[in-house]
Amino acid sequence: LHLHTLPVMSFFSFGQSAEIDIVLNDAETRKKAEHKTEDGKKDKYFLLYDGETVSGKVNVTLKNPGKRLEHQGIKIEFIGQIELYYDRGNHHEFVSLVKDLARPGELTQSQTFDFEFIHVEKPYESYTGQNVKLRYFLRATISRRLNDISKEMDIVVHTLSTYPELNSSIKMEVGIEDCLHIEFEYNKSKYHLKDVIVGKIYFLLVRLKIRHMEIDIVKRETTGTGPNVYHENDTIAKYEIMDGAPVRGESIPIRLFLAGYEMTPTMKDINKKYSVRYYLNLVLIDEEERRYFKQQEITLWRKGDIVRKSMSHQAAIASQRFEGSSSAEKALAQAQAKEQEQ
Amino acid sequence: RSEAGGEMADTIADTRRLFSKPQNLNDAYGPPSNFLEIDVSNPETVGVGRTRFTTYEIRLKTNLPIFKLKESRVRRRYSDFEWLRGELERDSKVVVPPLPGKALFRQLPFRGDDGIFDDSFIEERRAGLEQFLNKVAGHPLAQNERCLHMFLQDESVDKTYTPSKIRQA
Repeated sequence: LHLHTLPVMSFFSFGQSAEIDIVLNDAETRKKAEHKTEDGKKDKYFLLYDGETVSGKVNVTLKNPGKRLEHQGIKIEFIGQIELYYDRGNHHEFVSLVKDLARPGELTQSQTFDFEFIHVEKPYESYTGQNVKLRYFLRATISRRLNDISKEMDIVVHTLSTYPELNSSIKMEVGIEDCLHIEFEYNKSKYHLKDVIVGKIYFLLVRLKIRHMEIDIVKRETTGTGPNVYHENDTIAKYEIMDGAPVRGESIPIRLFLAGYEMTPTMKDINKKYSVRYYLNLVLIDEEERRYFKQQEITLWRKGDIVRKSMSHQAAIASQRFEGSSSAEKALAQAQAKEQEQ
Repeated sequence: RSEAGGEMADTIADTRRLFSKPQNLNDAYGPPSNFLEIDVSNPETVGVGRTRFTTYEIRLKTNLPIFKLKESRVRRRYSDFEWLRGELERDSKVVVPPLPGKALFRQLPFRGDDGIFDDSFIEERRAGLEQFLNKVAGHPLAQNERCLHMFLQDESVDKTYTPSKIRQA
């Protein structure tokens, strides 16, 4: 009996394999953004915006030089997908683009392939949440009969907005009848992520022994639809605005800088799968630890970076607002003149 | 080069305080509208033998309009507190704090001390009852219950009363 030598198959370690590397063309100049992964770690990824072209190269490096790599085709995909943690198997792809890089054949040496996805729609912002994840990534695949070789490269997408035309303040009188009446006011209803919440709490009637007042920022992530809606609340910040007992006629100022907190823009009904909303929760606590609160939704949006004015011009604007005096106006005019000269 | 109008051009947020009405000096320096003081004191043991029981004086001083009397003084015993707690738990949405213990074991015979008439026990109980009342009487929802006002300000507790809510005059 003769024993036949079987053709070498790729699941034995002495077959041919390859390493894939995806590189963006503008990797040197493109900004990176920090993004949290599911296990809480922070990492940096290339930052892309809606409508931008995604172009680059796929480098295929053969592991054993000299040996051929047979394949059923090489392609690259740009994918945007939503993954609900309670339904891991199902990825909802809302963007799916593919470019073929090579027809079925064989590679005899390492090779580089160019790709370009023109004006790619990226309608939603990348998001890693408590129960849902939305991510964008490039995936290069070498198809083979038994097992594909693929490589993924995650990218982060930010959605930008401009200053809203309508941005009314929030002003409301709330309380417990004959017990506690307050009027709260927040200067806007829509804030960008580096904005400042300027507001005040005015006490109209105080028949309770209030000891302390704070503002909490609450993030609510909603997943699922219909009867299976699930809300996950997370208090992102607690900011004390008053320590002690207020009386009638007292006004407590609020100045809360949002840049210090990790927040995303407000996301409403993303691809009909999830929402992320933010609320200001005003909490009053009395001497017996009883809590009285009023929650109010605010809209958060992401502002694009704009060219900064000179430091002296910025300082002049700030001081004019603070003093409103003629000397400050002079300083502002001087700084403006200097800017125009440059 | 001209400045683009309005907020678009500014990178500094305007953080000046919002305008508020200046406070009336009467409001600032007058007595606060939330004055409510309750003391539980002067325990007295009345009766003889097995029918003995201890009563406590409850003194209330307030300027809250919801209390009919701005000053009141009544005497109550532990079972009256238990009754009040039961009424509030049933009728109001308040999470009623616990009372100091019932100490049934102190009522068993052959004790080395005076049982429930022991001075240190009475003092412990007095302090607990005072804490209980202060917690409860300041609760806006409890203040709407007839049973609380009857307990604090009526001459005696009528346990056959009809529970009802108080509305501000």
